[in-house]
Amino acid sequence: MEKTLYTLIIFSENLAGVLNQVTNVFTRRQLNIESLNVSASGVDNIHRYTITCWSDESTIQKVTKQIEKKIDVIQANYFTNEDIFIMESALFKVSTSKLVNDRGISKAIRLHDGKIVEVNATYAIVSQEGLPAEVSELYQKLQASGCLLQFVRSGAIAVTKSRREELNEYLELRRTQYEWQSQHVKF
Amino acid sequence: MAKELITGAEILMRSLVDRGVTTLFGYPGGAIMPVFDALYDYRDKLNHILVRHEQGAAHAAEGYARVSGKVGVCLVTSGPGATNTITGIADAMLDSTPIVVITGQVGASLLGTDAFQECDVVNITQPISKWAYQIRSAADVAWAVNRAFYIASSGRPGPVVLDFAKNAQTELAEYRPVKVDFIRSYVPVPATTRDSIEEAAALINAAERPLVLIGQGVELGNAQEEVRAFIEKADAPAGCTLLGLSALPSDHRLNVGMLGMHGSLAANTMTQKCDLLIAVGMRFDDRVTGNLATYARQAKKIHFDIDPAEVNKNVPVDVAVLGDCKNTLPAVTALLKQQDHKTWIDAFSPYAEKEDRIVIQPEINPVSGPIRMGEVARKVSEHTAHKAILVTDVGQNQILSARYFKFTESRSIVTSGGMGTMGFGLPAAIGATFGAPDRTVCLILGDGGLQMTIEEFGTIMEQGSPVKIVLLNNNYLGNVRQWQELFFNRRYSFTPMMNPDYEKIAEAYGIAHATVTEREQLDGAIDAMLATPGAYLLQVAVIPEGEVLPMCCPGSDVDDMLLEVKKED
Repeated sequence: MEKTLYTLIIFSENLAGVLNQVTNVFTRRQLNIESLNVSASGVDNIHRYTITCWSDESTIQKVTKQIEKKIDVIQANYFTNEDIFIMESALFKVSTSKLVNDRGISKAIRLHDGKIVEVNATYAIVSQEGLPAEVSELYQKLQASGCLLQFVRSGAIAVTKSRREELNEYLELRRTQYEWQSQHVKF
Repeated sequence: MAKELITGAEILMRSLVDRGVTTLFGYPGGAIMPVFDALYDYRDKLNHILVRHEQGAAHAAEGYARVSGKVGVCLVTSGPGATNTITGIADAMLDSTPIVVITGQVGASLLGTDAFQECDVVNITQPISKWAYQIRSAADVAWAVNRAFYIASSGRPGPVVLDFAKNAQTELAEYRPVKVDFIRSYVPVPATTRDSIEEAAALINAAERPLVLIGQGVELGNAQEEVRAFIEKADAPAGCTLLGLSALPSDHRLNVGMLGMHGSLAANTMTQKCDLLIAVGMRFDDRVTGNLATYARQAKKIHFDIDPAEVNKNVPVDVAVLGDCKNTLPAVTALLKQQDHKTWIDAFSPYAEKEDRIVIQPEINPVSGPIRMGEVARKVSEHTAHKAILVTDVGQNQILSARYFKFTESRSIVTSGGMGTMGFGLPAAIGATFGAPDRTVCLILGDGGLQMTIEEFGTIMEQGSPVKIVLLNNNYLGNVRQWQELFFNRRYSFTPMMNPDYEKIAEAYGIAHATVTEREQLDGAIDAMLATPGAYLLQVAVIPEGEVLPMCCPGSDVDDMLLEVKKED
């Protein structure tokens, strides 16, 4: 089946153990998580997860629903790269002697918006921010040139391109529903 | 007024009482002792049933919940006490049974140190529960307990685990009653769209050959009347899943029997001929669908469910009606024109007659040979006027009693469907006697399953639980033996089983008992069992190598059913 890189954006309450429950859904379906980032969101006490994963749409749809079903998960949605603005950062530690002797290396770093943030006689550190594909390209070039000593990339982070802010709308809807329920439903 | 400070353990007691809990199934131990100490003062309000193994507590809570519709509660200690409940928690998760399992835990300062009887219960149970939470302070107790009951019982029900650290049991705090009835991240009942109601009604009004699949969701939503009105107006035949069997009376003119692997030939055959399949509160389990690639490909499909994650999970559908079927069914029924599908309904009869001739009559009315499991189940059903609660274990005893028991009342079948947990029957039946004290509880089980939780005879003895135990003894692990016969060239690897003298065991526990080996004794023995007050063990020597038929073999199309097994001479 045709596989696409999907990005899941998930919001949860800030409670212990939610991350485990989210990743368990992937494990049960034998899906490899490509990258994962969890951090505070723009709303107090709500955490934001950005998870990328190669899958087909039918599977990612089921995974998304099973994640959203977890009690403390507020919202889960999946996106393709067209729907979101996505970004990654990376750090490359390269050999200074190779960097000096091979002009192709510094050219590649410039071409891919890498910044040399530290240099000494032994190594240089390059930082880069960009699309996941751009990070991969620079990595491949530096790897091929034989200068790479260490490489690390962050999980992708993404914001939606939609003009609607769905988390805010959802929280507002839930607040209205609660007020309605408190007035109309007797338990 | 000065604040009244009480222990976390007592806050738990008050929270349970305020939540309407009357019955607990449990077993004490080190890390839950403060709670059991508090319970000593609440014995008049909380009836604690001491089981003989924590697995029994979990299954008893399930049995209690299944027949009563209330939340079943377990109270066990940390470590092994907690891990012994795991099978019951997983069982409750797959069968959507509302239970709350409260486990003791070492004090918060010892967490993570491999302390005595410490076990990471929250992490173990998270994947098999609806919610698992660790209570680490007394101030947290009332909130956590109320949240637990709300989650367990609302929406699609399920098990909740509360891991209660010992320090939180002994710390003092003020008890402030809370009523959790809203969690912003949790939508128990999804919103129903008007479009889905109208689209479903239009499909049903246009259908010529509709077939309804009734699942346990109808029982959980108390929508038995609504589903009956719905199928009658749609004039649609309906099959039931194993767990949904008592949602529609067995003798209703539109009831075409059980679905799936050992279901009715007519219902399974017509699944492949209908033009509209209407699933209500069921999840298209593989035991229902057989080969998914060929399942009801010709039909349009409507799925009524409360859980959005079930929609399109196994079978893609044309219309999903999300919401509580207690509301969605009447909304669709209101838009239906009274239908008449006599030709379609009549088309089921030849298959029903064929199954009756080849499978059913030889099973329930044999004229010679050993006693068969199906005839025992049918007789027990008849002798209770089809009003008893049927509890089963797992295996041939389960499927044959599900096939041949008849149901006239709702919430009358308690069986382990999704997990297929052997050993479920005895403790679940004990729980059912507490959940439905005015009804007759008949447990039909095999010799394998009885031995898995036979220690609960002790609970029956102590509580005087009136469980009518019908033991179908074939000295085999019968269902596995049947599969070995069919698919493993009759290599009976470890399925013959040596049995103890069950009557002596029953005698030791003070349980009345009898054994039947001849067909002529059966009616009298069942009458004697039902007439004897309290628990009773009726052992029936049944055919050693019996089969559950018909059978849709694993991987086969749902209408490809085996009706007979040729025996070697």
